[in-house]
Amino acid sequence: MGFAWRIAVRFLVEGKMQTLLLIFGVAMGVAVVTYITALIDGLQGNTIRRTLGVQPHLTIRPVKDVPLAGRLATPGVDAAAQEQPRAQRTRSIENWMPLARSLEDASGVVAVSPMAGGTAIALRGEGSRAVAIVGVELERYDRIAGLSGKIVEGTARLGPGEAIVGRELAEDLGVRLGDRFSLSISRDTTESLRAVAIFDVGVRDVNRRNVYLPLRTAQSLLGIPGGVTQLDLTVTEVFDAERIAGRLRARLPYEIESWMQTNSQLLSALDAQTLSTRLIRGVVMLVVVLGIASVLVVSVVQKRKEIGILRAMGASRAQMTRVFLLQGALVSAAGSVLGAAIAWAMVAAFTALVKGADGRPLFPIVLDFETFAWVAAGATLAGVLAAVAPARRAAALDPAQAIRL
Amino acid sequence: MSAPAPARAAAATGARGDTPIVAMSAVHKSYDIGTPIEAEVLHGIDLVLARGEFAAMIGPSGSGKSTLLTLIGLLERPTSGEYRLLGRRIDTLDDDALTRARLDTLGFVFQFHHLIPAFDALENVAMPALIRDGRIDAAARARADALLEAVGLADARHRKPSQLSGGMQQRVAIARALMHDPPLVLADEPTGNLDTASSTAVFELMRRFNRESGTAFLIVTHDPRIADRCDRVIELVDGRLAR
Repeated sequence: MGFAWRIAVRFLVEGKMQTLLLIFGVAMGVAVVTYITALIDGLQGNTIRRTLGVQPHLTIRPVKDVPLAGRLATPGVDAAAQEQPRAQRTRSIENWMPLARSLEDASGVVAVSPMAGGTAIALRGEGSRAVAIVGVELERYDRIAGLSGKIVEGTARLGPGEAIVGRELAEDLGVRLGDRFSLSISRDTTESLRAVAIFDVGVRDVNRRNVYLPLRTAQSLLGIPGGVTQLDLTVTEVFDAERIAGRLRARLPYEIESWMQTNSQLLSALDAQTLSTRLIRGVVMLVVVLGIASVLVVSVVQKRKEIGILRAMGASRAQMTRVFLLQGALVSAAGSVLGAAIAWAMVAAFTALVKGADGRPLFPIVLDFETFAWVAAGATLAGVLAAVAPARRAAALDPAQAIRL
Repeated sequence: MSAPAPARAAAATGARGDTPIVAMSAVHKSYDIGTPIEAEVLHGIDLVLARGEFAAMIGPSGSGKSTLLTLIGLLERPTSGEYRLLGRRIDTLDDDALTRARLDTLGFVFQFHHLIPAFDALENVAMPALIRDGRIDAAARARADALLEAVGLADARHRKPSQLSGGMQQRVAIARALMHDPPLVLADEPTGNLDTASSTAVFELMRRFNRESGTAFLIVTHDPRIADRCDRVIELVDGRLAR
């Protein structure tokens, strides 16, 4: 290998202009591929984070009420059954604590949070708004949705008689920190609460609709003492959610929904995006490969005499092949390093120039070492592949003819 | 002269010390076989070159000198006939084996020097070591240095070929051909491109290596003054040996 290494390096140094052009070409290809990969990873990661920021990975609910057939038809008598869907009552999982414990032990599950949810009217003075009441144990719920991290005013806590409201709802009702307002389910069921914190999850609808209150308060408001309307789960790998849901469905008599079902449209959009990114990357790589191959083919022709003399002196075909394969590998490795630097600059420029309305970057682009390592390895392999045809030409060169010319 | 040749040459051949280096019998060479322009260039060559010979090969243009040299030099295979190099049948070997035999037993000197421009004089001389061992170790460097000194170019060891005159380049090429101390050096018009003074210097150098290290030389030349000063003259006319 020492022979091929030294000859390859000298040939590259000798043809400085060609070598620099090659390295720069590879660098641009690598930069584009790395940048697009980082951009799309960042975008998709951000989209999924936003989606899951306000949603549990898995939700477990009681099964819906289904009307049963009133009477079996008498044998031999045709009967026409008419079924009408019935209004759903507030149903709850009564014995949720042991269930939650067993779910926490299930593999792939990180956290379980009970919730008593329903709808109510929020009232303050003249103002009234329809809201969703979300009764949670804050500590558990934080592990699902990280609510405490989204508090913009006040302190994150949910003691008895306390509530956390969204920024838009607070504006609509004119509620400031420490103000009282009431939640009403029916004429007789009303609860007075104090706003101790105001949240902003980044989605206006949620800010306008959700009111977080202690689980017990919600249970008594909804008339399901000790019960919960759903259990929210966080899993280790977000894309394992559906698999875990399937496993739980097989053993639990509840309705289990994963975020992947709820957001199937989003997921197929992301898939389409991933596919087109791959296509772009593939085409860019192909262009790089063709570029390297064509420059090396020219280089083989230029170096006919030298290849011939080396072969005459006793360099084998395999050695000459390696000389050119190594040249492909070397320019693409060097191009990869330069390309990483260019990609890094492009990411920095994007982060500096493209900003949201609030002046912060739209979403974080992560240019991690793993992405770069993959692209660099791919580019170097592509460089070697690109050098295969030129290397074969060099090896096949007839030394007797090359010397005579 | 520090080239320690005779001892090594004897060791390499061992019991076959009197085996000729080259033994060709009834060698034919045709080009473009099976096409309408098929042409036989060599018509049955019988040639023996003994160890330590200093021979010239002459003949008019187109007589087949270069072709015979590429056959002896294992760069091409004969169309028919038998070729033994150091007693080993060579015309049936595959490309890799021929390449290895070139590396181990032959040195080449060409009319147009054919140094590798990207390497300096010393590296060019040591190139056979780089090909064989993948590196130029201290011993190889010392030998290359000694050879450059022997050809009078000790001061030019770090100059690139482009910074050397034609005569100097040819002396580097001779030093390179001797790097592995081959039993036979093939020289194709080594003085064809040089002025009289340089030609004489190059010729004297080959003569000296032949005497001092017992290296056999086969020199293709058009120059009668060169041929006259060789021990033996092989003349090729129309693809046949005339003497």
